[in-house]
Amino acid sequence: MLHSQIHTSGSGLYDLFQTMERDRIILSFKGDITQDLLGSVYQIMESHMESGKEEPQRKKKFYHILVECLQNVYHHMAALRENPPVQDGASTAIFMIAQGADNSYRIITGNFILNGKVAGLQERIERINAMTPEALKKYYLETLNTTELSEKGGAGLGIIDMARKSGHKLEYAFHRVSDTYSFFTLAIVVS
Amino acid sequence: MEALVIEENIKTPSISFDPGKGVLEIKGKSIPENSLEFYKPVFDWIEQYGLSPSNETEIRIRLEYFNTSSSKCLLDIFRKLETIHIAGKSKVHVNWYYEEEDEDMMEAGDDYQTLVKIPFVLVKV
Repeated sequence: MLHSQIHTSGSGLYDLFQTMERDRIILSFKGDITQDLLGSVYQIMESHMESGKEEPQRKKKFYHILVECLQNVYHHMAALRENPPVQDGASTAIFMIAQGADNSYRIITGNFILNGKVAGLQERIERINAMTPEALKKYYLETLNTTELSEKGGAGLGIIDMARKSGHKLEYAFHRVSDTYSFFTLAIVVS
Repeated sequence: MEALVIEENIKTPSISFDPGKGVLEIKGKSIPENSLEFYKPVFDWIEQYGLSPSNETEIRIRLEYFNTSSSKCLLDIFRKLETIHIAGKSKVHVNWYYEEEDEDMMEAGDDYQTLVKIPFVLVKV
């Protein structure tokens, strides 16, 4: 998705515009993921959905998954801050909300995680992707019932819930960027 | 004891707990990043309430959305009330409201019903 080199001079911004137009990106953001920012994004997307002719249930489902996706990034960023110092750039993240095929939506997030956490996360996503809807429900309830909420608010439920609500496999990638960090990309389809 | 009243916000629901009537209502959206921070006073209030609760306690959940972090807090609320219920201090029940088309919200109520030993009524609105 992200392939153009963006310069603010010449045609750089126009290229970015065209990329966003072609990929039907509704909203994109790169920077620090704060609680205030997320509040604004929810409001923007809520009014965006209000203005369209979406069925209320689809709207709810989209909104629900969006909240989990963005809070997942938020919790990842909070976890990184527990291991200071956070190297340049790694304290920011990116997300995009795009209109997909057949009126579906795609939510794509990208954030840094410690290399040591890659294997565990990958295993977890693979495990979730291999589950039937029934198994996902069971796993969700087990996790809900047995896991304590961390002080920062994560309970490991978000990623199960995204898969459960979306009904699609989680698309993901890890890109090792340094001895410390990998860039984690996660994409969810809401149809 | 005093009523617990918290106004609705962008990411948090309104809380209206009336100890005299034994009615505890949570209404709106519950999508805070750090739900423990928001629900801590709610937990504390319920623990106090449990010391001398009303004979009957009705919990009204009228949520439009809630995030997974809140789902854990809701379970903790139900657990605290389950303790009061099982101890025979108050007859507790949950009225779980959901919009007619909202299968996810209905299922969520049904899920909680399987996890806690207090009666649930799923109410279509």
